[in-house]
Amino acid sequence: MGGTSGLVKGGGRWLISPEGNAVLIFKMQFMLLFSRQGKLRLQKWYVPLSDKEKKKITRELVQTVLARKPKMCSFLEWRDLKIVYKRYASLYFCCAIEDQDNELITLEIIHRYVELLDKYFGSVCELDIIFNFEKAYFILDEFLLGGEAQETSKKNVLKAIEQADLLQEPRHEYFNVPVY
Amino acid sequence: MALKIVKGSIDRMFDKNLQDLVRGIRNHKEDEAKYISTCIDEIKQELKQDNIAVKANAVCKLTYMLGYDVSWAAFNIVEVMSSSKFTYKRIGYLAASQCFHESTDVIMLTTNQIRKDLSSPNQYDTGVALTGLSCFVTPDLARDLANDIMTLMSHTKPYIRKKAVLIMYKVFLKYPESLRPAFPRLKEKLEDPDPGVQSAAVNVICELARRNPKNYLSLAPLFFKLMTSSTNNWVLIKIIKLFGALTPLEPRLGKKLIEPLTNLIHSTSAMSLLYECVNTVIAVLISLSSGMPNHSASIQLCVQKLRILIEDSDQNLKYLGLLAMSKILKTHPKSVQSHKDLILQCLDDKDESIRLRALDLLYGMVSKKNLMEIVKKLMLHVDKAEGTTYRDELLTKIIDICSQSNYQYITNFEWYISILVELTRLEGTRHGHLIASQMLDVAIRVKAIRVFAVAQMATLLDNAHLLTGSMQRNGICEVLYAAAWICGEFSEHLENPLQTLEAMLRPKVATLPGHIQAVYVQNAAKLFATVLKSQEGNTDSTTAQETSQLMIDRLPLFVQSANLEVQERASCILQLVKYIQKLQQKDVEVAEEVIALFAGELNPVAPKAQKKVPVPEGLDLDAWINEPPSESESEDEQPKAIFAKEEPKHSRPRHTEVDEKELARRREARKQEQANNPFYIKASPSSQKVYQDAPGVEHIPVVQIDLSVPLKVPGLPMSDQYVKLEEERRQKERAEKKKKEKKKRKEKRSGRGKKHDSGPESEEDITPAHMVDIVTEEMPENALPSDDDDKDPNDPHKALDIDLDKPLADSEKLPVRSHRAAEAPKSPAEDGDAESAATQEPKKKSGKEKREKKKDKDRDRKEPVVQSEETSEVAAPPTSTTAEVSDLDFWLSNAPVPSNTQ
Repeated sequence: MGGTSGLVKGGGRWLISPEGNAVLIFKMQFMLLFSRQGKLRLQKWYVPLSDKEKKKITRELVQTVLARKPKMCSFLEWRDLKIVYKRYASLYFCCAIEDQDNELITLEIIHRYVELLDKYFGSVCELDIIFNFEKAYFILDEFLLGGEAQETSKKNVLKAIEQADLLQEPRHEYFNVPVY
Repeated sequence: MALKIVKGSIDRMFDKNLQDLVRGIRNHKEDEAKYISTCIDEIKQELKQDNIAVKANAVCKLTYMLGYDVSWAAFNIVEVMSSSKFTYKRIGYLAASQCFHESTDVIMLTTNQIRKDLSSPNQYDTGVALTGLSCFVTPDLARDLANDIMTLMSHTKPYIRKKAVLIMYKVFLKYPESLRPAFPRLKEKLEDPDPGVQSAAVNVICELARRNPKNYLSLAPLFFKLMTSSTNNWVLIKIIKLFGALTPLEPRLGKKLIEPLTNLIHSTSAMSLLYECVNTVIAVLISLSSGMPNHSASIQLCVQKLRILIEDSDQNLKYLGLLAMSKILKTHPKSVQSHKDLILQCLDDKDESIRLRALDLLYGMVSKKNLMEIVKKLMLHVDKAEGTTYRDELLTKIIDICSQSNYQYITNFEWYISILVELTRLEGTRHGHLIASQMLDVAIRVKAIRVFAVAQMATLLDNAHLLTGSMQRNGICEVLYAAAWICGEFSEHLENPLQTLEAMLRPKVATLPGHIQAVYVQNAAKLFATVLKSQEGNTDSTTAQETSQLMIDRLPLFVQSANLEVQERASCILQLVKYIQKLQQKDVEVAEEVIALFAGELNPVAPKAQKKVPVPEGLDLDAWINEPPSESESEDEQPKAIFAKEEPKHSRPRHTEVDEKELARRREARKQEQANNPFYIKASPSSQKVYQDAPGVEHIPVVQIDLSVPLKVPGLPMSDQYVKLEEERRQKERAEKKKKEKKKRKEKRSGRGKKHDSGPESEEDITPAHMVDIVTEEMPENALPSDDDDKDPNDPHKALDIDLDKPLADSEKLPVRSHRAAEAPKSPAEDGDAESAATQEPKKKSGKEKREKKKDKDRDRKEPVVQSEETSEVAAPPTSTTAEVSDLDFWLSNAPVPSNTQ
């Protein structure tokens, strides 16, 4: 009885394709960044879900994670997924993975992403991500693709981002370093 | 003039860039919604401009608006995507990847633009397009672009190759027909000179194979080689996971894997890899189960490593260690049991999720030896626990642990009863019925314990006001149901039945839920019979009459009950007692006859008992006795049948052919029926406002009020006392045993004569203090909850297997479809394989040579294995899949040879 409930509720693990076949979807399901106050800062969905569903999941997860006490472990079982989260300063990084996936490597992925942000912005803070959210997305996209780590070398990711940045219009000041 | 105005407004809008927006939103915290709606209006204006920079800026702002519906801007996003400038293109694709989903209709307009970007000379254009595509690829896009992406897998730049490889997985999912034509090239990428591309290929194939392992079995040698040569932990984890999925299909693979995996476990310092290896070794060993002579060593290694994880101060490692431990527990309980102390320590952890994991483990770890100790520890936690959920969890676990496998691990039932009694002091628990059913079960089935149980229950009834307090605000009053029944049914064991009878007829009882009152009334009658019996023997006949008078005085309260059951029983019994009183006044002895009303012992009936009744010879249960009724008669009507007669006719034939589904359905129906049935004893008293006033009163421990009362609820000191007694008993046993061994005399039964129940000595290590009287033949399914536990985790995996097979299996059979004849092989399967294999070969060899050189330096031990692989692989490419399978056989069967010759 318990096994199929995820399919019906669209817990994120199963999707019904247009042909009616159940298709199992890719590794990391989504990544959310939110603040201690529960403000969503970044969201990346590797599964196609409706906006309504996304909002519902976000609300539920932000609540659940924020309710956890600081000494608790970084994993929790949620619907039929595993949630791996970690707090860096005022930001929570939260990923959803499947049952058989490795929690520790997911933590490593989160950490690697934080390191990348840190390198790129130079000791990153929440405001960097707020004001340069598109950069944060670009970095994430160079690091993960379709929920899968595409580049394990930090250097390569940063090089790709820097080179892509060079291609940008130089006079386009509002996508560059913010003044706040 | 007009131009000036337009220009001015453009400038103004230009001014509000992304940072202004963000700052604005942050400055308008109190009226954020209003501010955002004005911003969105502005953005709408900006999107109408022809200037692409303005548009891009607007789209960028929209992307920032997380959680607002921006689907109306989809077309503008496509416009920005199509810009020739990378700055805008990047923003467009980002917006698309955040906002588009399969039902976004403008996606179909993007096909050509994306194709153009994919073939752009600028690798970052291509990269951005691939990244975007990975988020919003639709079946149509996948079909139209599959070939372009496949071409990109052979791009000169690794940056593009690795992205193309990764995105192929999404393409396969959306357009399964592409799998066959693209697979040879994908496989080729497993040996790409660039490590990033290689790991991308490993990722994709591992993901594919995890879902449909049997189609990828032939790749095992290749992956084995990668596993023994790769130093990239991320890649290793994937491969190891893949092998975990392959092993159940090919047990020989498991044998081959154990050695490299244990090597990794020994050598790696990366916890994630270690954890993956341990998990896979466990999975492999479970699937092997037999035929592995030395697998206890591997299990020991795993347990040992997991112990290190659990001992770590890192909560995450602790949690995962416990999680993995529970997997071992299922098949190798003994290896885990020796780490009981460690698991018990985890119960003290601050983290509730860790405590719950530890509880799960404890369930499987108990033995006769440690049960009391574990439960004692758990009881301490019950006292300490804050929050009812965790306390309830503890309570159910304690009962689960004790009652599992038919009370297999309980050696002293007096102890168990006192534990149950102690548990009744839990305020606000939902599990009163659980405790009650345990009390009933033990009292009925363990005859030796009845005297003790009855005494305990009588005390419980005497102190019923403590349990219920002023209100029946919690589920715990359910235990009174059990207490009343036990005291009534086994009233012959009561020390002071009159006192219990009085306790059961107190006016306070009328505040209890109806179904409990009903049991009170019925059992008061049983007690009455017992009391009469003892009193009639006396010379003074007035006492017996006084007892009748007591009944007559008290019962009218119940006759007035609103509950039908209570009312009916009370009025019947009242009339009976009145009649008895009349007889008593005439000095007639009635006790014998009254007792006869309740004569005979009630034995427990196994849940399956009915099913096991043999069908008498010559009886055709399917034959109609009367004419078959109309079609409309369905099973749903069955519960309505009031008369017992109807039951056998309908239900018996069905019993012979019930399957799992049917049972589940019926169970559901029964639950439904029970929920609607006012007379059924439900889990929680329905008619009460149980939790509403709870928070205020919950903190007041009931026990404290009781302190002055001389007759205490048998509580915590009790069970401890039994632990001590039990220990003494065991010690005595041991001493006795030694003595006996010395003397070599067989006076085993000498101890049995003693009065105390807990004093029998015997030859076994630990003998139960009481014989559990299990209704043998028909009681196999008593531990139902644990059965269900076993089934649940398996179900999702089964669903996983079946459902995932479908899309890919279909694609296997479908003819290869492609767009540009030049690229993809259009020929049927075997040709395709052969063709690609031919192109593959030179590359493979060079890769292999390199790797081998590295190997030589690394580990001499592995070398022979690699060689045997190579020979098998050289043979593999030109042949079709069947040949590959036989190759696999060769590889597998040859495997042990080189390692043996070493």
